[in-house]
Amino acid sequence: MTDVRIAGVGLTKFGSHPERTGRDLFAEAALAAREDAGVSRDDYEELFYGNFMGELAEKQGHQGPIMAEAAGLDCPATRYEQACASAGVAFRQAVATIRSGAADVVLAGGMERMNNLGTAEVTQSLAIAADELFEVRAGVTFPGAYALMARAYFDAFGGDSEDLAHIAVKNHANAMQNDYAQFHREITVDDALESPVVADPLSLYDACPITDGASAVVLVSDDYAERHGLDAPVSVTGSGQGGDKAALQDRPHLARTPAATKAADAAYADAGIGPDDVDVAEVHDCFTIAEVLALESLGLYDHGEGVGAAARGETTRDGDLPVNLSGGLKAKGHPVGATGTAQVVEMTKLLRGDHGNSDAVPDARVGVTHNAGGTVASAVVHVLEVDR
Amino acid sequence: MTDTGYDEWLAAIADGEGYYLACPDGHGSLPPRRSCPHCGAAELTEEPLPAAGEIRTFTEVHVPAPNFADEAPYVTAVASFGPVKLTGVVRDLPADEVDLGTTVSVGVGENATTDERLVVFRPASE
Repeated sequence: MTDVRIAGVGLTKFGSHPERTGRDLFAEAALAAREDAGVSRDDYEELFYGNFMGELAEKQGHQGPIMAEAAGLDCPATRYEQACASAGVAFRQAVATIRSGAADVVLAGGMERMNNLGTAEVTQSLAIAADELFEVRAGVTFPGAYALMARAYFDAFGGDSEDLAHIAVKNHANAMQNDYAQFHREITVDDALESPVVADPLSLYDACPITDGASAVVLVSDDYAERHGLDAPVSVTGSGQGGDKAALQDRPHLARTPAATKAADAAYADAGIGPDDVDVAEVHDCFTIAEVLALESLGLYDHGEGVGAAARGETTRDGDLPVNLSGGLKAKGHPVGATGTAQVVEMTKLLRGDHGNSDAVPDARVGVTHNAGGTVASAVVHVLEVDR
Repeated sequence: MTDTGYDEWLAAIADGEGYYLACPDGHGSLPPRRSCPHCGAAELTEEPLPAAGEIRTFTEVHVPAPNFADEAPYVTAVASFGPVKLTGVVRDLPADEVDLGTTVSVGVGENATTDERLVVFRPASE
């Protein structure tokens, strides 16, 4: 099997850019990744592209070819839709394609345009990731679904809103050093606890913002990198995906995310590592409680132990296991269909040393990314390792 | 829009004759289904939904989607009824009296925003 290397990464600044087209956002990220990689245009063999709500935001289906054009490429292009895990699954297919030997150079990425819709329309659009018949018609919003999980978690394992507030505070602090993050504003636990309720027990600062943005990653075979003398120190050594029932009501436990456990177990086995080998993690904190569920599914914490990790200082910048040094979805922003590859971009930069927070993890060798769709009915985990 | 299988299920709940689907191994699921989502068994039978359910988790939604604009704030809950769980809006019970373990009955109500029918939970009459 061919090893996969990350030759280049690119991002747009995340934020509110309601006037920018999706194709312009993706072009910026893709061209940045291509420049970072320094690979000849003619060598790109395929584009794997993630997007969730393009039909609703831009009335645009069939985005693959449009985004290949935007990236300046002439190659087959396919769009992947898997809610908030859209770019994660696109990246996973890109990895599989190189591993199989079917291609030596591919581009993976994602884009979401959201702020051209109002908050109400975005709320409605995000809800389509839930089960329409059994959840949306019963008033389940995206924050509401995670609120259902948060209350179930508190009941099963303990923890409270103050524990969750520490996660928001941590991720806002981390984003201060990330030029691409949506927020550059430190917050306090009191700020978080006093923010307006969205769906109790979750309030505004438990939730990620509405974000426009794009991300892109150039993947190459180990052999191609060697032949062309590319500087590509980060490898993708593990890839895993897991699934679960779409609706919370059809799951035995409302405070666990077994799809992510399956994805993590598969990715660890693929990489030949275990959770103890992980030095740094970027996880899908669309809501603060989601970071907790992610840490526990990744095997980094036992069930019930993850909720206090930020408050105890273990997952902060100076902790033993820094989590979401990018600022996470919470403060970096969450352009839904771009998030999976944005996590890979951030992790690549953290490991190779050119991230604003790389100095927090100077000796890190192994990083994991965890990207989730819906209430984690879909989960994708990747293991990235850097040559040291 | 007609959703065959789902619409009949909702109508049965409205008539007090709610049901769930059971497979030979006793797993429960809700229609429309052609196989058990838990074990894949194709033999599904309709079984009566228990009269009372228990709230397993809930949230009071303050920021609604447009399809619930005229309902907010409202309480959505997941309640277990024997081998299945249902998701519905809690009615006839103040939000601060909803709790984990609260016993509810299931019925069908109307969404004040869209006029669509929806699953509602009400305090179970003992």
